[in-house]
Amino acid sequence: MSGLNINAITKKFGSFAAVDNVQLNVPHGTFVCLLGPSGCGKTTLLRMIAGLEEPTSGAIVLDGEDITPLPTHKRNLGMVFQSLALFPHLSVGDNIAYALRIRGASKEEQKKRVDELLSLIHLPGFADRPVAKLSGGQRQRVAIARALALSPKLFLLDEPLSALDAKLREAMQVELRQLQQRLGITTIVVTHDQREAMTMADLVVVMGHGRILQAAPPIEIYRKPADAFVADFIGITNLLPAEVDSAGRTTILGTAIPGLAMPAGQSKASVSIRPEDVHLGAPGGSAITGEVSFVRDLGGTIETFVEVGGTSIIAVTTPRERHDVPVGAKVGVTLPPASCVVLGS
Amino acid sequence: MRREAPKSVADYTPLFFPALMLIVFFVVPFSTMIAVSFFKRNPSGFYTPDFVFDNYARFLSVFFGGVLGFSLMLAVLVAVCCVAIAFPFTYLLTRRPRHVQTLWLVGLLSVLSLSEVIIGFAWSTLFSRTAGITNLFVAIGLMDKPVALLPTFGAVLTGMVYQALPYTILVLYPALVRLDPTLLEAARTLGASPVRAFFNVVAPALRNTIVATLIMVFVFALGSYLLPQILGRPQHWTLSVLITDQAIYQSNMPFGAAMAVFLVLISLALVGMTLLVGRKENAL
Repeated sequence: MSGLNINAITKKFGSFAAVDNVQLNVPHGTFVCLLGPSGCGKTTLLRMIAGLEEPTSGAIVLDGEDITPLPTHKRNLGMVFQSLALFPHLSVGDNIAYALRIRGASKEEQKKRVDELLSLIHLPGFADRPVAKLSGGQRQRVAIARALALSPKLFLLDEPLSALDAKLREAMQVELRQLQQRLGITTIVVTHDQREAMTMADLVVVMGHGRILQAAPPIEIYRKPADAFVADFIGITNLLPAEVDSAGRTTILGTAIPGLAMPAGQSKASVSIRPEDVHLGAPGGSAITGEVSFVRDLGGTIETFVEVGGTSIIAVTTPRERHDVPVGAKVGVTLPPASCVVLGS
Repeated sequence: MRREAPKSVADYTPLFFPALMLIVFFVVPFSTMIAVSFFKRNPSGFYTPDFVFDNYARFLSVFFGGVLGFSLMLAVLVAVCCVAIAFPFTYLLTRRPRHVQTLWLVGLLSVLSLSEVIIGFAWSTLFSRTAGITNLFVAIGLMDKPVALLPTFGAVLTGMVYQALPYTILVLYPALVRLDPTLLEAARTLGASPVRAFFNVVAPALRNTIVATLIMVFVFALGSYLLPQILGRPQHWTLSVLITDQAIYQSNMPFGAAMAVFLVLISLALVGMTLLVGRKENAL
């Protein structure tokens, strides 16, 4: 089978399982983001795929070939490290040509490929510059070009953009995604930045405590999070307690939400609703009544914090649909049932 | 960081202490030595102030030239051996857990507490026919009968490498600890075997450290005057041995001083050349 199969991989450090029985299929040409808080095992998983860490059990299969016993240098992959790890004693061109030199490519071949890659990363003519003279974004690109020099089957990146400032990071995310699509290379990126994952990935894999919590396309993860951890980790969400009352209706914070069904046999659950799905209106009627406790006006969007019996609900609106709700005003909060996701306990 | 040119005398105060130390412990004794090297020896006494080139002229002979050449060659060899052994050793040491590293470093530091005399006599026992390591080889059947391994050039080299090795490791250690381990990993993902990656990436990335360490061991070995006498034959004696001999036993201070000045100049020239070559390669 084409692509990468991670088969029941476990890595234990002593009795602590950093990666716990992880199963993942990555079809050829897919862009995967391993997402999770620090210590969730995402980097360990990536390092096992690279062969820099030996799994305690399980197998890694690339295009039908079991690569688990292969040492790193025989795996035909390209990797970008968090520190970038550019060789300080080599020029930009020699850094990029390193893999080719190891393979014994001729000087002409090396030069041709280096020029090709430099134009790919929009740094033509940089071959003779010393690495130390580059800016952060330029180093980033050189590290990417170096990893791609041999057109590897697998492109791995470990928190590649974390050293860049926010603006540059956003630009590089788009660039990296476009580059990956142009080359059609199977790519795995480790990140703790959900925005980065949403921008780039075909498949977002949310990890926690060494396990995969949810693996799905980004918008599905955002719309249909599997549990409270995923919902909370991906973007901002309102986690509200839902209960079935004596009349059999589903209520949130004491107000019935018609059309919201609880799983069979369950009387309590957590419900996730995204701030942009929360509607604010006049108090009364079927709406939940609350008091505005804080307004964060960011210009492009306005976040309104509504206090309902000790629970805070965040609503995000654009200035165009803004209702004039000063702090302390009573408002009615409407939660469209279609946007509410009942989470497994 | 603020970088401004010092404006008043007060701005120079932090320099006073180091300057004073340098003057008291380097400039004054060294100038005295240079002055003495031009003095005239007084066979019945010590020396009389004068300005003669006799001492330098006497040095310019085939014999002293040979000794100088041998001393430099020995120091270079000791430096190369030390770095060749210490570099891979220290590299592997830095990859071990913290407590293992500490244990090794404490052990190495304790070797530093041994004086040159103790090291010399310990090795002379180890290399002797009657009580040396060859008896061990005989016992396990590697040799037919015990032999004396000294006085030989090998014995001198071993003793001096042993003496300089802890310094070498302690100088290399901080640089190797700070080395980004992902450099090696990056080389491996690019298709280099671990050994190849070590020579391709780790060694060149630390080139300046290696050159600095070579120079340090070289200078250190140049001053050794006891080990060549304990472990070697007279033809293995270094210039430092002859300087000691002239200055202390022959009471010929001016000649000893002249040889010392000469040795310092030659060493400085060699170190300068090494740095110059290094800078040229860096610029490429």
